[in-house]
Amino acid sequence: MSFDPPSFDVEVAIRRGDRLIEAAFASGAGATVLVGRSGAGKTSVLMAVAGLVRPERGHVRVGGRDLTAIPPEQRRAGVVFQEPRLFPHLRVAANLGYAMPAGTDPDATAAMLGIGHLLDRWPRSLSGGEARRVAIGRALLSDPAFLLLDEPLSSLDVDRQEEVMRAIERIRDEVRLPILMVTHDPQEAARIGTTIVRL
Amino acid sequence: MLSAAEWAVVRLSLLVGGTACLAALPVAWGLAWVLARGRFPGKVLLDGIVHLPLVVPPVVTGWMLLLFFGEGGWGGRVLAMLGTSVLFRWTGAAIAAAIMALPLMVRSIRLAIEAVDRRLEEAARTLGASPARVFATITLPLSLPGMLAGLVLGFARSIGEFGATITFVSNVPGETGTLPLAIYAALQQPGGETMVARLAAMSVALSLLALVASEWLARRMGRGLHVL
Repeated sequence: MSFDPPSFDVEVAIRRGDRLIEAAFASGAGATVLVGRSGAGKTSVLMAVAGLVRPERGHVRVGGRDLTAIPPEQRRAGVVFQEPRLFPHLRVAANLGYAMPAGTDPDATAAMLGIGHLLDRWPRSLSGGEARRVAIGRALLSDPAFLLLDEPLSSLDVDRQEEVMRAIERIRDEVRLPILMVTHDPQEAARIGTTIVRL
Repeated sequence: MLSAAEWAVVRLSLLVGGTACLAALPVAWGLAWVLARGRFPGKVLLDGIVHLPLVVPPVVTGWMLLLFFGEGGWGGRVLAMLGTSVLFRWTGAAIAAAIMALPLMVRSIRLAIEAVDRRLEEAARTLGASPARVFATITLPLSLPGMLAGLVLGFARSIGEFGATITFVSNVPGETGTLPLAIYAALQQPGGETMVARLAAMSVALSLLALVASEWLARRMGRGLHVL
């Protein structure tokens, strides 16, 4: 009898000034949601999984692969930050294509996210919801091994939240990428999360 | 209109200023990068040294260049081994102009590098970009307008350079006699007022053009190239 390795196996202690943020969890397939009050260190844990924050001790394993000592560019993490972080000097199409492996067809992803009509636009001309979906598309098209989402619905109006939420559900159910998402909203967590981790 | 001799002065100024800026650019970029991003002991000292030509009397800068590139100086000896010298040559004028323009270029480029949002670089890294690719595709293009603004500002400073140049390479017409030096020489001659007026007008026009270009580039940097 064999077991699949957990999607996310994380045990980290992160120093933030005087504080030590500690988190330990292991989760199965689907979406793992980190919840907790603001300031609990959810984003720091997510950034440690992305490799952008170096934990004081601990380990980060995703799909059985130990990422602890691997630089961010080799982790194959599709990260969607709280703010879209689109490259302002590149049009939407070039943003989407920034890390796209040769031969990838971006059309299906663009259609799924409803951003096919935005390809010629500059990031500065996008609405908050559009920019967020382009950021998700850029992460998805980078051929990631897993997806990290930091408050992907924050600062969006209700209609846009629903759009982005549906996109995340499709990624979870159809693309079947392991997702680690941070939110402070229990309803969001209940809807998206296969596993819910409290911090 | 300008006479042939006056046009020669303008051409020489453009040659000296252009060469000085292009030669100083990589050095200015490297220094700006280190000052913007580096963390090391002695950073304040380096910052001070880079800015020295801005506050030290130009004649002192010229004298130090003379010591370094003169017959007894290290630079002078190296050049002598190569069978050349920069004294009384336009290349020497370009060196003086480059040194004087360097602080302004470093300041402008440093501001541009500091204005590049580090979060964009982080995003690029998570997308699989190596540090070299992050530099080439994110940092460099986003700081380019500031770099060009620094280049133009440095050029404006170069073509106005007087004190360090006359001390270091003297005023040799056709070789080191750039606009300010030629204006100064004309002022010493009886009846040189009209030549002074024409060269001064040319000098003002070139400087104004460079400043307007620099301002335009700086505004372009502020407009549109933001993250949120």
